[in-house]
Amino acid sequence: MKVKSISRNLLKFQSVIALLLMCLVMSLLSDRFLTADNAWNVMRQISVNVVISVGMTMVILTGGIDLSVGSVLAICGAITASMLKYGSELPGLNLSVGFSLFGAMVGGTLVGTALGWFNGFTVTRFKVPPFVATLAMLTIARGLTMLWTGGFPITGLGDDMAFIGTGWFLGIPMPVWISAVVVLLAIVVTNKTKLGRYIYAIGGNEKAAELSGVKIKRIKIIVYSVAGALAALGGIIVTSRLDSAQPNAGTGYELDSIAAVVIGGTSLSGGKGTIMGTVQGALIIGILNNGLVLLNVSPFWQQVIKGFVILLAVVIEKFNKREE
Amino acid sequence: MVTQSKEVPVLEVRDISKAFSGIDALRSVSIKIYPGQVNAVIGENGAGKSTLMKIISGIYSNYEGEIFLEGEPVRFNRSREAADKGIVIIHQELNLVPELTIAENIFLGQEPVTRFGLINYQEMHAKTKELLDRLDLSLHPATKTNRLRIGQQQLVEIARALLSDSKVLIMDEPTSAISEHEVKLLFRIIKSLKEKGVAVVYISHKLDELFEIADLFTVLRDGEMIGAGKMAEISYDGLIRMMVGRDLKEMRKRGKPVSDEEILRIENLCLKNPSGKESYLVNKVSFTLHKGEVLGICGLMGAGRTELLESIFGLYPKYVTGRVFVGGSERSIRSINEAIRTGLALVPEDRKLQGLILNMNVDENTSLASLDRISKFSFINKKQEENLSRHFIDKLRTRVASSKMEVSKLSGGNQQKVVIAKWLAVNPQVLLLDEPTRGIDIGAKGEIYDLIDELAGQGMGIVVVSSELTEILAIADTILVMSESRQTLNVKRPEATEELLMKAALAEKV
Repeated sequence: MKVKSISRNLLKFQSVIALLLMCLVMSLLSDRFLTADNAWNVMRQISVNVVISVGMTMVILTGGIDLSVGSVLAICGAITASMLKYGSELPGLNLSVGFSLFGAMVGGTLVGTALGWFNGFTVTRFKVPPFVATLAMLTIARGLTMLWTGGFPITGLGDDMAFIGTGWFLGIPMPVWISAVVVLLAIVVTNKTKLGRYIYAIGGNEKAAELSGVKIKRIKIIVYSVAGALAALGGIIVTSRLDSAQPNAGTGYELDSIAAVVIGGTSLSGGKGTIMGTVQGALIIGILNNGLVLLNVSPFWQQVIKGFVILLAVVIEKFNKREE
Repeated sequence: MVTQSKEVPVLEVRDISKAFSGIDALRSVSIKIYPGQVNAVIGENGAGKSTLMKIISGIYSNYEGEIFLEGEPVRFNRSREAADKGIVIIHQELNLVPELTIAENIFLGQEPVTRFGLINYQEMHAKTKELLDRLDLSLHPATKTNRLRIGQQQLVEIARALLSDSKVLIMDEPTSAISEHEVKLLFRIIKSLKEKGVAVVYISHKLDELFEIADLFTVLRDGEMIGAGKMAEISYDGLIRMMVGRDLKEMRKRGKPVSDEEILRIENLCLKNPSGKESYLVNKVSFTLHKGEVLGICGLMGAGRTELLESIFGLYPKYVTGRVFVGGSERSIRSINEAIRTGLALVPEDRKLQGLILNMNVDENTSLASLDRISKFSFINKKQEENLSRHFIDKLRTRVASSKMEVSKLSGGNQQKVVIAKWLAVNPQVLLLDEPTRGIDIGAKGEIYDLIDELAGQGMGIVVVSSELTEILAIADTILVMSESRQTLNVKRPEATEELLMKAALAEKV
């Protein structure tokens, strides 16, 4: 009985254990792995994925999915960059308005929120399956990015902008600060607020939630909007780190994000999962990437290994369920 | 086909029993089916008719007892095996593949092929045309079935059954969706099948129809065979008495008398079919509910009982007409939230699909409809949530190891109590209960009856929809009967008898 309950508790912390094991193995294989520099490096690299995946987790908890995050990230990065660099010409008034860094960031985030809102609107108003609605947005937002940038990167954004992606504050990289704040807020929202409870309820049983007076449409639209806003924030970080808004930025990010959510134990059918799980999932992917690079594994093999890790995580999760 | 003597049964069922998760659906039922006759099988909802037919046609293979086909013992493991032996069933639910054509549906699984192994559409369409002509259906065999009316779909099902030369043809409620003209056609076909010596097993709630077409009858009640005989030798009332006649137990300790203060009044409530057809799911229903009164609503499945509750509760604002008065003043309820604010609560029919978030715990399920009361600035006060949940666990005597338990791990009765708790937590003036005791054990049933009694005693108005007449008679002060979307009876409890209610539930259009 006791052994059983211990093993069950071990299973509960499977991703933490997997993380520790990975760290152990990596540090035995490479002496460059377990250094403070490398640790900050990993954290900084995963911070964009963490920010996006927090939104993705909320969407998936409602039983949906958001494939458009990578493209939304790109268009919002580009808009922020161009607002910062060129300001905005007011047509007909022959007047040009400049934006502060904060103003440009708000602008970019608002666009992300609007695109997320549109996802939520098509999903709830026209009952388009989330997979299709956000797949369409993936193409739309990428096309808009190309139109906006003309296919060329927007560069030379200044030191203030660069600080967001590359600066340090109190000994911790800025992107890590940003992702930590996002994670904390999301944990509070999902665990403590009505919105969080309704998100889980919709994913758990939409019909029962509806009959209990939960405003399904409103909650879903909020969740997709938040996912769009967070993708925009990710776009700002990426743009700042590279000191340029690349028209093809964020390509494939939706897949890394979904992988983090799934490895973190969130069920794709909704209603089950946590923000912390997703953070662990993102860490696992990040450390794996980092370790394989340090070990000079060919990038082709890296992809193969990453794929198997995703499968393994889900298979273990299924076994866990059967145990219960 | 050899015409057999009408005295020897073609199919005999001996001592068949079947239980679903511990609850008996059939108890030692024996019936005989004769060739060249229409054998009616009659009984209330849940009497065991459909279960018995599914056993005979090989859909359920796990049962006790024996089946003899032409004297030989048989045991089918799949419906295909039964069909090969000449036992064919036309299901109550339609089993057509909507994207396929009429011919493709009729020949599904037995398509004729050309010598190149391709489907021989020419032959398929020719044979289909022949079948459709027999049914007087002027449709092209290549029409997709999703373009047909429900009644036409039903006829296609029948055509499919006619394709195979069957010895026993089972029809489960074949006329539930077809027009009068089509019924006449169907009866003509049944008569020609009879002449060929086919044994027709005919299940229907429409007793008038049975007197017209059936030769023999068997009555089932609560999973037992109650009686059998010739239709010519029994009266309408006699049949009804056999269907319902059982001892009535007084389950309810009647508390305070009903007050005459009106709490809910419905006038001419209509619900148009939301799927766009020009028909009504609820047609001109009116009633008045007083404080402390229990209104029981009965009727057959599909009579519009559930839709009536849902219409009142604001589920179909675009399709509902009529007037609703709560506490004497007229209200227009356009959404579920408005219904809750107005003081209504609905415990739905299916607790797993509509009532509970199965992977949430007892606390979270209990508070789901009343989170506004226990949160500030959108933050949920977990202490208050626990107290709320604890209060109802005590009040309803819900048996849980911990209020942090996932509700999926509770028994049916305790799950139902959690759903009821969720709705009591919104402090309703009127509680609408849809089949509140379906699928739960006797003990929990009794507790729910006591609770209904207690709540009514405190002045709440309660509406209970139930398929069990005994339940309605045990707990209701007033009884409303629905049949085919209309109300056919509204009586005070003392004037109600099972026979009266059954007659009203079976009533054709009034």
